[in-house]
Amino acid sequence: MPKDSGIGASPKRREDVRFLTGNGNYTDDINAHGQAYVHFLRSDIAHGTLNSVDTTAAAAMPGVVRIFTAADFEGVGGVPCGWEITDRHGNAMQEPKHPVLAEGKVRHVGEPIAAVIAESLEQARDAAEAIDLDIEELPAVVDMKAAVAEGSVKVHDDLTSNLCYDWGFVEENREAVNQAFQDAAHVTSLELVNNRLVANPMEPRVAIGEYNRSTDDSKLYTTSQNPHVIRLLMGAFVLGIPEHKLQVVSPDVGGGFGTKIFHYAEEAFCTFAAKACNRPVKWTSSRSEAFMSDAHGRDHVTKIELALDADNNFTALRTDTYANMGAYLSTFAPSVPTWLHGTLMAGNYKTPLIYVNVKAVFTNTVPVDAYRGAGRPEATFQLERVVDKAARELGVDPIALRRQNFITEFPYATPVAVEYDTGDYHATMDKLTEIADLSGFDARRKASVANGKLRGLGVNCYIEACGIAPSNLVGQLGARAGLYESATVRVNATGGLVVMTGSHSHGQGHETSFPQVIADMIGIDEGMIEIVHGDTSKVPMGMGTYGSRSLAVGGSAMVRATEKIIAKAKKIAAHLMEAADADIELKDGEFSVAGTDKSVAWGDVTLAAYVPHNYPLEDIEPGLEETAFYDPANFTYPSGAYACEVEVDPDTGKVSIERFSAADDFGNIVNPMIVDGQVHGGIGQGIGQALLEGCVYDEDGQLLSASFMDYAMPRADDVPFYSVDHSCQTPCTHNPLGVKGCGEAGAIGSPPSVVNAVVDALQSAGKTDVTHIDMPLSPGRIWAALNS
Amino acid sequence: MYNFEFEKPSTVADAVAALAGDEAQALGGGQTLIPTMKQRLASPSKLVSLSGIAEMQGVQREGASLTVGGAVSHADVAAQATDYPALAEMAGHIGDPAVRNRGTIGGSLANNDPSADYPAAALASAATVVTNAREIAADDYFQGMFDTALEDGEIITGVKFSVPQAANYQKFVQPASRFALVGVFVAKHADGVRVAVTGASEEGVFRWSEAEAALDADFSADAIAGLTLDPSDMIGDLHGTKEYRAHLVGVMTKRAVAAAA
Repeated sequence: MPKDSGIGASPKRREDVRFLTGNGNYTDDINAHGQAYVHFLRSDIAHGTLNSVDTTAAAAMPGVVRIFTAADFEGVGGVPCGWEITDRHGNAMQEPKHPVLAEGKVRHVGEPIAAVIAESLEQARDAAEAIDLDIEELPAVVDMKAAVAEGSVKVHDDLTSNLCYDWGFVEENREAVNQAFQDAAHVTSLELVNNRLVANPMEPRVAIGEYNRSTDDSKLYTTSQNPHVIRLLMGAFVLGIPEHKLQVVSPDVGGGFGTKIFHYAEEAFCTFAAKACNRPVKWTSSRSEAFMSDAHGRDHVTKIELALDADNNFTALRTDTYANMGAYLSTFAPSVPTWLHGTLMAGNYKTPLIYVNVKAVFTNTVPVDAYRGAGRPEATFQLERVVDKAARELGVDPIALRRQNFITEFPYATPVAVEYDTGDYHATMDKLTEIADLSGFDARRKASVANGKLRGLGVNCYIEACGIAPSNLVGQLGARAGLYESATVRVNATGGLVVMTGSHSHGQGHETSFPQVIADMIGIDEGMIEIVHGDTSKVPMGMGTYGSRSLAVGGSAMVRATEKIIAKAKKIAAHLMEAADADIELKDGEFSVAGTDKSVAWGDVTLAAYVPHNYPLEDIEPGLEETAFYDPANFTYPSGAYACEVEVDPDTGKVSIERFSAADDFGNIVNPMIVDGQVHGGIGQGIGQALLEGCVYDEDGQLLSASFMDYAMPRADDVPFYSVDHSCQTPCTHNPLGVKGCGEAGAIGSPPSVVNAVVDALQSAGKTDVTHIDMPLSPGRIWAALNS
Repeated sequence: MYNFEFEKPSTVADAVAALAGDEAQALGGGQTLIPTMKQRLASPSKLVSLSGIAEMQGVQREGASLTVGGAVSHADVAAQATDYPALAEMAGHIGDPAVRNRGTIGGSLANNDPSADYPAAALASAATVVTNAREIAADDYFQGMFDTALEDGEIITGVKFSVPQAANYQKFVQPASRFALVGVFVAKHADGVRVAVTGASEEGVFRWSEAEAALDADFSADAIAGLTLDPSDMIGDLHGTKEYRAHLVGVMTKRAVAAAA
């Protein structure tokens, strides 16, 4: 029987009561007394010299409080980058300054040039139109290979070129990999594009700056996945405000998908301007602004080659990727195509030799950074596409080829510097074969053909590295932050708990699943536990929510803090029952003395902690509050096998996804319903990338897909009912919960299944020359492939 | 959005008078105009709402024609144009429920978006666009992308459709906007077949005369099997090439004929 509480149960999400009744407290719901409104004047050209910004007329417009330009930010830092990559020659990456407001040049459509603060938003917009801009347009560079070609226009005049870095991994393996290709019995090669995406969380970004002149305290409300990181980056690197004078609050956050990890210029601006104007200032992004100012995702151009021996064993893998950075380095941008991508190139396979080359390139486009999966979808897509292509070339079953090359022994040290702790790839493939009814595919294909449709089946595996990350390791890799997590557990006198966690939900249901863990540890009702997050003044420290890390890292910190609570509570219980500490057991919210019928309730102990009349004051302090910082020993490695079945209408090229099945191994599961939801959402986004979404610039750097009229988001009728299973569980060996993380899996695992399926459908119609179609697989592209 | 004056007259005559001023703009359901104004891409000094004019409401059958008031919403056409099922079906698939409840037939035809559905229905139905001043045959009304025979201040008070013997509209949607990437309305009238194509051409809605001739001779999907359109006049954009749109016109025409026959 399913549990109704604790780990493994699926209680309904308590936060949904407020979300679904319109009572959420999002940043835009906050209105400070006396606030003024910010409107950013943004560049409508991709590249130009900013000769002058004349605000004289605009400043005299009704309602204008003040207009800011780059001149107001002299002495203020640039927006920092949080990760430094060392290139294959041992040199640091090229790192341009990223000013809060454009300085001297504009480098992408949407870059803020000036900011108008006025009594109303409309007045601010009116005044922005009266700003006299003198911009001399320069040729733009959008294509990455053109950007690194000799003589290209430079995005940053003070850099030597548009090449941010040329990264080789593992550089020492380069020659051995090349030799393995020389010796290969078969080489499969594939060139592909991982399409640029716009994250489009439902809630656009918002920033509200406040300043208290009497205390010199600054406060920022922002739509962030990690308010503490914003406090650190903005306070230390941009504005020079120490943490104790700066509070960052992110209340309910309406989706992020990575794009709300980063520190943005608008946040620094609002905090700065609130002090300069001595009043609260509020900026709410319009959807149009979001398209041209939220960090985009993906945008890789890759050539991948797989070498096999005569027995179809993978012997080497070699990739050559161009990764778009956009015009500036967003917070974690350099890490995405490198450490979050190269380290995953082994996938589920025991390929002994791997070499990954990544050239990160500046272009006159919006900065690109982590988006759901961040580097791992790009790795999985190219690997699972090239394996599928190899199977076709060799005339072998694509599942059998995968199985033959699966890693089967754990722990497994890959040739790309990570060690998988656990996994069972045959088990997830077995489960997939069952839930996807792969044996029934031929019959379903016949039915489709009889109906005038082509049917294709695509299967793939994935592995990801989640639960980021060991701080000492990422420090060696160039991270300018630690990646631990903290939690404070405060037990109140009457037994209820408040848990202050550095993880911050932007839709994941932490307020429901986190209490399940603690309730289980103590044996109390989940309703006695409250989760507090998203406020630097309430939570000691936090690295935030991304990389499927909240439960694995933040949850582990909670467990450690709760263990300290329990240890202290046992001492109190031992005192109350006049027993030895070591004899105290905690079960179902009762402390008992082993081998006796003596017991005290949880609430008696917590009350004693705060009313210490009968209390071991000579040994322990009153009160019951503990903090733990948890730094993971390794990444976690969720894995799985996915299958997609499509029908293609040969007359129009339209794809419909008929079946989608996912067998995931997330280790232990706390709330299966929430995990289902995470997988559903991830697959939806992966299908969006595969079939619909494409962020497109023209050659002048104008954003063609700048609204929902041209950027296709997946809708409910674009996706099928999913068949999702996570009964294959190989628990993580190095965190106390044995959990691996599930937030990104769906988005990582699904794009290759869709493309594999469509290629299969086309091949079934005799189009054997169609070995790849770039995403999004729009009807027009498929029709063109069918008629090539 | 810039400031503007707002009037909501209750008669066509008052609306015409209200529109006489400079930069006054008629407002139907506002499904195009209001978003455009919000983006500050349009700045009429005055909006004259047509939604309070009783004489522009209603769907009426008169002999072989069906007259739809200029201010009738898509949802009302979908529900009330039961004498012309293909038209009702088309109206029921414009945009989403919010668009259908606010958007009007007059607004759509006055805007003449090159991807809108109503222009294809009106052209294929040999409709007559009735204004406060005159009646305009559909063949004369559509003059290119966002361009019509309407004069400044002229209001579409109604649209008279000739109810065909058989008709069907097939829309292949652009995946983002779900406007027609290509939409084909086929109508078989007593005096001939009319095939109107929206979404495809740089010139806006057009009649595919070769298909009409072939279908006049044989109203079956097979009749147009060999016909092709010149892609050079088609729209080519990130959602589909000119060649793809030209091809889709053939596919959608065949499907419409098959569904209507």
